[in-house]
Amino acid sequence: MKTQIVLLRVGLGLASAMAHPPSADEIATKSLQAFHYAGQDMSARVVMTLVSKGGQQRVRELTLLRRNSGEDRQKYFLYFHRPAEVRGTALLVSTEPARDADRWLFVPALNLVQRIAARDAESSFVGSDFSYQDVSGRPLEADTRTLLREEAVEGKPCYVMESVPKGRASFTRKLSWIDRATFLPLKEEFYDAQRELFKVFTADKVREVDGLPTATRRTMKNVKRGHSTEVVFQQIKYNVGLTEDVFTERSLRRPPGQWISGD
Amino acid sequence: MDFRRLIRAALWLVVPATAFAADDIKLPADWRGSLHGFGLVNYSVQPDLESSPDSDGLGGHGFLLGEERLQLKLEARSPQGAVHLLAKPEFHHDAVDETFGADLREGYLDYARDAWGLRLGRQILTWGVGDLVFINDVFPKDYAAFFSGRPLEYLKLGVDGLSANVHTKGITAEFVVVPPGLFTPNQLPPRERFHQFDPFPLLPRETDEPDVRIENTELALRLYRTLAETEVSLYAYHGFWRNYALEPDDPSMPAAAIEFYPRLVVFGASARRAGLGGVLGAETGYYYSADDPSGTRAAIENSQLRFLLTYQRQIARDFIASLEYYGEWMQNFDAYRRTVPAGFPQRPQWRDLIGLRLTKLLHYQTFKLSWFSFYSPMAGGFFLNPELSYQFTDGLWAALGGSVFGGPTDSFLGQLGRNDIVYATVRYSF
Repeated sequence: MKTQIVLLRVGLGLASAMAHPPSADEIATKSLQAFHYAGQDMSARVVMTLVSKGGQQRVRELTLLRRNSGEDRQKYFLYFHRPAEVRGTALLVSTEPARDADRWLFVPALNLVQRIAARDAESSFVGSDFSYQDVSGRPLEADTRTLLREEAVEGKPCYVMESVPKGRASFTRKLSWIDRATFLPLKEEFYDAQRELFKVFTADKVREVDGLPTATRRTMKNVKRGHSTEVVFQQIKYNVGLTEDVFTERSLRRPPGQWISGD
Repeated sequence: MDFRRLIRAALWLVVPATAFAADDIKLPADWRGSLHGFGLVNYSVQPDLESSPDSDGLGGHGFLLGEERLQLKLEARSPQGAVHLLAKPEFHHDAVDETFGADLREGYLDYARDAWGLRLGRQILTWGVGDLVFINDVFPKDYAAFFSGRPLEYLKLGVDGLSANVHTKGITAEFVVVPPGLFTPNQLPPRERFHQFDPFPLLPRETDEPDVRIENTELALRLYRTLAETEVSLYAYHGFWRNYALEPDDPSMPAAAIEFYPRLVVFGASARRAGLGGVLGAETGYYYSADDPSGTRAAIENSQLRFLLTYQRQIARDFIASLEYYGEWMQNFDAYRRTVPAGFPQRPQWRDLIGLRLTKLLHYQTFKLSWFSFYSPMAGGFFLNPELSYQFTDGLWAALGGSVFGGPTDSFLGQLGRNDIVYATVRYSF
């Protein structure tokens, strides 16, 4: 009897979900979760290619380790393999939605761990078109959202959502195409203070890894400057058992060979 | 002469070496290796340099530094990553003195377990929260490199020893042992290239490094953990002052001036945390001058209390400012004053410095404008170091900068006033 009631409630719940599309905030919450918080932890080899207007390429290759440490907190450990100039450099980032991130940079030539003042989450990540925020996620409270319509991107049905920052930001308006099935953003358009399009994000390749839909190739293009950055995720693994010890000063100074080897 | 030819050949290797640069070289027993490095060309001009007519090279033309350098970086890792070997041999040519040389910048063996690790060999260590101000960073520095306009990383010299780290219950301990006989002093600007005060201009110099005796083992310890979102460290050091003390061999009939390294013991602490929209830091250290605790021997540095406050903040996009205040308080000033020989410049009881660093990145972080300065409010001396650098490609960057000293000639920075330089660096990494 009890089971029947539960099933009935679930059935009703599903029916109402199908009748009414989720609110913009629900979509944003699920999208943040799917895009930036997937799994308990993650490891990947990331290749970033920066392409200037003139076609000149710069390449950064790094190992990315991420761990969710509860209450929307996350820690990132980034170890750079390329270019040779910064090989061995490592960056530790601790993020929490309501406050500035903490960042520590390890400079191998000096065996020095620097703490970096990081007020501006919108500053460029290692000279690319992605900001730190694009990499680790923008806090939900930072914007107000409206669900505009539904539209397909390359055959995939998407929610089209508009986000307007509550405070000062590098953009004044953002349009996101969020996959109805996976909640991954497939495309985002950023508009500047002149209300003109300046940055476009696209998830160029999405596939399932360990049961989790993952954008394995992403591009951020600055359409005003003609500069773009393509990011390819390789050797992606979820729930590998990263511990807090990986995200420490000790680990910056002596990178954990177990996770960063395979040069 | 063969040696010269060898180094010259090695420098030319930078061209073919780039072709062999590799991230992943398969080695026997499933070990993995890599080969990288860089070629560096570094010139600096000292407008006020008196030409040295006896110099073969560029020394006669106002050049303080004219250097080509090749660094190779060789690494190998065991299959599970527990063992890691690194060697950075360097080959260089100095066009000022027309000399060639080779040395080992770093070279060590790492062994790492989950909770502990060892590193044996020549290694660079940097401790503390200061920016070009050192309290608990008791490791050797190359001030000659710094004042010659060489890249900042050359300010640090490696120590030859064993370091160990142990991690338990949130606390990490780092322990450094330098066996007797392997003491590394600071490299001070050479007197033949830098204008500086010399108390014994007519006497030949002799160097007396610490004897090879077990009690001359250098020991350094750092304990650190995060407490209430603050990174807290405690430090201790038992060893030697790395700047030499200078004394005539015989006060009545001096035949030589002896450079020697008195004993030093340091206890200190530092803290660093987010605050005031940026990063706040504080550090202190008590320098106990073990060979002259009462401060009565003129040649030996008095005991000191040092402290430092730092604040760093991002003031605009890709624009970071940091400010620091450093103070140094001589402990036995009255005793010191009584022992300073007539005619010698007398140091003040308090020394201080305000350090300011501004760094602005432009054009996708390829163009960097930086400013570093020291100013001593008490003594009036200053040091300015503006620099611009540009990253042409992932491998190639160039920098142009200057170092300017000024202020009263009896101040620490003012006495270096004739050593202003302009420097240029080009580096190609592979």
